[in-house]
Formats: sequence, C-alpha cells, structure tokens
Amino acid sequence: MAPESWYLALSAVVFCIGVVGVIVRRNPLVIFMSIELMLNAANLAFVAFGHRLGTADGQAVVFFVMAVAAAEVAVGLAIIVAIFRLRRRLSVDDLSLMRW
Amino acid sequence: MGPVAFVLIAGVAVGSALGLVFKRNPIHGALFLVVNLGSVAALYLTLGAQFLAAAQVIVYAGAIMVLFVFAIMVLIPGKEETGPDPRRAYRVLALPVGAVLLALLVAVVAAGARGRAPAATAAPDGVEAIARLLFTDYLFPFELTSVLLLAAMVGVILLSRRREG
Repeated sequence: MAPESWYLALSAVVFCIGVVGVIVRRNPLVIFMSIELMLNAANLAFVAFGHRLGTADGQAVVFFVMAVAAAEVAVGLAIIVAIFRLRRRLSVDDLSLMRW
Repeated sequence: MGPVAFVLIAGVAVGSALGLVFKRNPIHGALFLVVNLGSVAALYLTLGAQFLAAAQVIVYAGAIMVLFVFAIMVLIPGKEETGPDPRRAYRVLALPVGAVLLALLVAVVAAGARGRAPAATAAPDGVEAIARLLFTDYLFPFELTSVLLLAAMVGVILLSRRREG
C-alpha cells in the first residue's frame, strides 16, 4: 500500500496541470475540462485524507462534489453553446465585455 | 496493491493530464481526460472506495464526458485556436505560476508527511460505510443535491430555449 502522502503529491501535480491548462488555453471547452481536472485532483485528496483518518466522510464529500460537478457541467456547456450561438466564434479573448 | 501499481497508475494520470492541456485538438483532450478519470477511479479502488470508483466511471467518464464530446462536436468542426495568440506574453507566464504553485503544494505535503500523523485506524471499506453515512449524517445535503440537480435542469432548458418572438 502506497502511503497517503503519495496520493496527495499526485493530487497536487494534477491540480497544477489543471491550473496551467486554465491559463494557457483559449478554447472555453478545454478550459472547462481543465477545471474538471482540478476538481478531480481535489477529490483524490479528499479520498486519501478519509482513508488516512479511517472514516468514510471523505468519500461522502466526494459524492457531493460529483453531483455539483454534474450540475455545473450541464449549466456551463449550455452557457457556452448560447455564447457560440450569439457570436459564432469560440475564444475566451473575445469575451472581454466585463473585463476590468 | 503495492507502490509499483500506484506509480504506474500515477504515471498514466499525469501523462493524460498533460495531454489534455497541451494537445491542440479538443477531441484528443477529451479522450485524454477520460483516461485521466479512469486512472483516478483505479486509485479510488486502491484506497478502498469502490462506490466512488464506480460512480466516477459512470457519472464522470460516462455522462459528463459524453456531454463534453457532444458539445465539442457541435461547436468546433475540426479547427480551433488557430492563428497567432494575441496575448502570448501573459500565457507564457502560466508555466512559472504553475511551477510555483506546485512547489508550494508539494512543500505542504512533504511537511505533513514528516509530521506526526494520527494513528491510522482501520479504514471502513466498501459501499456500506458510505451508504450509512450518506443516509444518516449527510441526509440533508444528500436531499439538497436533488434540488440542485433539478435547478440545473430547469436552468439548462431555459438557457438553450430559442427566443420566440
């Protein structure tokens, strides 16, 4: 059995890759997938902590994260499709109306 | 499950995550994300979270990724992110930002691993532990998720409806 800290380190690595993806990519769909990657890394950390503490609470939290992620993906993709319908282009650089 | 299995699965997870971020074609990215979700499901199995592994495959790799692939197919017919990047200077900064964040997180994890951890009790494995928890301690949040999913459903229908008149 690998120690829990290995799982946490892997979770940190995957999370950072997701952060870089959100900053680097221009396609909102890929940015969205990178966010899913980060959520997933956080889930892995939750399960590893729960395993360490010997409770199933971490797993219960991950269950709720999954439900929220499903709702988030449905709404987010609907918003992206609506934006595409309005603008016919798909790049986050075009969506600067509310930029400071 | 030995450390060897962990290292193998972790390599698949990191490699597929890098593939998602650095492949230009979003369909390839989506397939890499499926691989990543599958490898994380395998890691859940090594941690004794069988229910979550199954839910991960069904909900994430199944339902959510089908939505993503569908959206990609509808919105981007084969081309994306072509042409020069108008904000290249900012995007190059992403790598140092990611490296610093990673260094911080790994330092925290290493410090935690050195410190005195609480004695590991026998982890309650299997579906029964999480089922008992979800329907006792977390019953109210569990019911709230149904409201959340309903609200999301109504919102999506409203967003994707065509404006009439």
